[in-house]
Amino acid sequence: MSTQKITLAKGLNMGLRKAMEDDPKVLVMGEDVGKLGGVFRITDGLQKDFGEDRVIDSPLAESGIVGTAVGMALRGYRPVVEIQFDGFVYPAYDQIVCQVAKMHYRSKGRSKMPMVIRIPFGGGIGAVEHHSESPEAQFAHTPGLKVVACSNPVDGYWMIQQAIASDDPVIFLEPKRQYHADKAELDESATPEPLFRSRTVRQGTDVTVLAYGPTVKTALQAAEAASGEGKSLEVIDLRTLSPLDMGPVLDSVRRTGRVVVTHEAHVNLGMGSELASRIQEECFYSLEAPVLRVGGFDTPYPASRIEEDFLPDLDRVLDAVDRTLAY
Amino acid sequence: MTHQSEFGPDLAEVFGPSQQDGGPELVQLLTPEGERREHPEFAFDLDDEAIKGFYRDMVLTRRIDTEATALQRHGELGIWAQLLGQEAAQIGAGRALRPQDYVFPTYREHGVAYCRGVDPLNLLGLFRGVDHGAWNPNDNNFGLYTIVIGAQTLHATGYAMGIQRDGAVGTGDPDRDAAVIAHFGDGASSQGDVNEAFIFAASYNAPVVFFCQNNQWAISEPIERQTRIPLYQRALGFGFPGVRVDGNDVLATYAVTKAALQRARDGQGPTFVEAYTYRMGAHTTTDDPTRYRLSDDVEHWKLKDPIARVKAYLTRNGLADDAFFGAVEDEANELGHHLREGCKALPDPKPMDMFAHVYAEEPEELRIQREGFAAYLETFEESHA
Ligand SMILES: Cc1ncc(C[n+]2csc(CCOP(=O)(O)OP(=O)(O)O)c2C)c(N)n1
Ligand SMILES: [Mg+2]
Repeated sequence: MSTQKITLAKGLNMGLRKAMEDDPKVLVMGEDVGKLGGVFRITDGLQKDFGEDRVIDSPLAESGIVGTAVGMALRGYRPVVEIQFDGFVYPAYDQIVCQVAKMHYRSKGRSKMPMVIRIPFGGGIGAVEHHSESPEAQFAHTPGLKVVACSNPVDGYWMIQQAIASDDPVIFLEPKRQYHADKAELDESATPEPLFRSRTVRQGTDVTVLAYGPTVKTALQAAEAASGEGKSLEVIDLRTLSPLDMGPVLDSVRRTGRVVVTHEAHVNLGMGSELASRIQEECFYSLEAPVLRVGGFDTPYPASRIEEDFLPDLDRVLDAVDRTLAY
Repeated sequence: MTHQSEFGPDLAEVFGPSQQDGGPELVQLLTPEGERREHPEFAFDLDDEAIKGFYRDMVLTRRIDTEATALQRHGELGIWAQLLGQEAAQIGAGRALRPQDYVFPTYREHGVAYCRGVDPLNLLGLFRGVDHGAWNPNDNNFGLYTIVIGAQTLHATGYAMGIQRDGAVGTGDPDRDAAVIAHFGDGASSQGDVNEAFIFAASYNAPVVFFCQNNQWAISEPIERQTRIPLYQRALGFGFPGVRVDGNDVLATYAVTKAALQRARDGQGPTFVEAYTYRMGAHTTTDDPTRYRLSDDVEHWKLKDPIARVKAYLTRNGLADDAFFGAVEDEANELGHHLREGCKALPDPKPMDMFAHVYAEEPEELRIQREGFAAYLETFEESHA
């Protein structure tokens, strides 16, 4: 068994490479994904090894990228497109929600859309505006799409391969501030768990904290800090946002009776709203307190010098934990 | 319309009398009077039997349109997008295709669908509200209708890029080399997607023909609102050739589209074909063109009817007799009957059908929603029993 320590960026890169080796129909397309290897280097080295026909530098037009990927998928390819930054997915919004999401449905299952749309998302990197958005709810709201968010290097490696293997279109969210942050041990011979499953990443008894993407780390830090104060937090990495995998969530809530949801996206109609709704529908009598949401405020993403005040952090999560415990 | 400016083009020149009938660049091989014309670049290379075939195709296509319009009037269809006047553009383009080519249509390509062998009855479902397209795109290499204006031009370009990657371009094997045709309208030419499709196609030299039916109108908006130069001239700015063909001339449309498709199959990249035509009918059965256009214009275009000119050619040259025209008419009547009876017999989908094919792999939460609704519906059945 050989293992190696990798970053999220490396995990995604290795996963893409493996998927391309395994299936000649897998194509990568996006802005600067070729020689440069993408602005975050996720596709580093792929064009050199797989050629310009399979790792395609596209013209600078997002609707064009996704729209042509639709055509390639109809021809039998499995395109993996990279949207350079979250804030630039909107020019492709029509193609994603009207075309990609509906093709299988309107064709009565005759036209599959095995496409992955990779989006680096979230803030915390001191970027200029439009580079720190969290648009996941807009896609999770759309039937026909599946939406997942990875949070760590090992998931990055497996989840990207699983998303590519899926016959349904997958919006694949990558927490950009984690790309080159923490390393983790990857065992390529391991058997990954299924893509559309949430995972309990820390067990606890007092409060359930739900997180995904960049806030998983925040939630784990909060749990660590809380344990010093004798509070036991259970942390669930949702991983899949559409469909939601509510099993582990409901199971946890039935034990703790208290929930805090945290994400970087604006709270209004964010994933937390849907989670709160599902939780109260399914385990109303187990709840000891209202489900609390800790997210980005309902403002546009602010200037980066104050982004840490906008983003949920350890203290705001702990504050919500205290409020739910005091209820 | 005149609009003089020191800087902009003179609209009187672009849309005025000199351009009114398509201008000097219009490729025409059969005049409105039914006379053959030669063109230095484009020749019609089929025989008179083929022209009779085109006549039949156009008559049947027109019948699809008039029957569907009547079905809408009788409440059998919610809406219908009429193609009256555009038969030559569609049959010319449709007949230029090879089986391995692929078509990305708008919502008005009934004639092209017919050429691809799609049962015209299958076109009605979308407009009746029983499905979003009943045909299997893979059976006839004819994609589903696309309602979002221009979106399909990108799909066409991507599909063409796939053909390139399959090595099915420029091999010289007539059964292997394939091209894609993207249909769209003059209004669509303003869409970002269409312009992006031009750029991608040019950049990758993709085997795609952009076939624009300039029927002069985008619902109520005239072509002048969309462009300040003749549309076909835009192609040059994107780096590939543009041709304006008489879209009411089936011979010319066939010849030009055939050449463009062959260019694509040979690996010479995209071509823009502007089929200069006119929407004789309303935009759809819910539209009222008397609010925005002059009946004089319609009368002017009536003289250029695409079917009448072929009939004139066939008759004048003694190529077809009454028996031929009668047989085509009989066939059209039969088709009309097929559509009328078939349409009324199209079953409504079942409520539970709405849950089918949302995903290739249905998520559990949707399954639960589906089963919940099924159980809910059953409570009604029980109470009726
Ligand atoms: C993106 C989008 N915007 C608006 C509409 C509504 N709409 C349907 S057809 C049409 C006009 C299209 O004109 P054109 O491209 O010239 O095609 P034509 O209908 O004349 O064949 C409009 C505005 C639409 N379907 N899609
Ligand atoms: Mg039009």
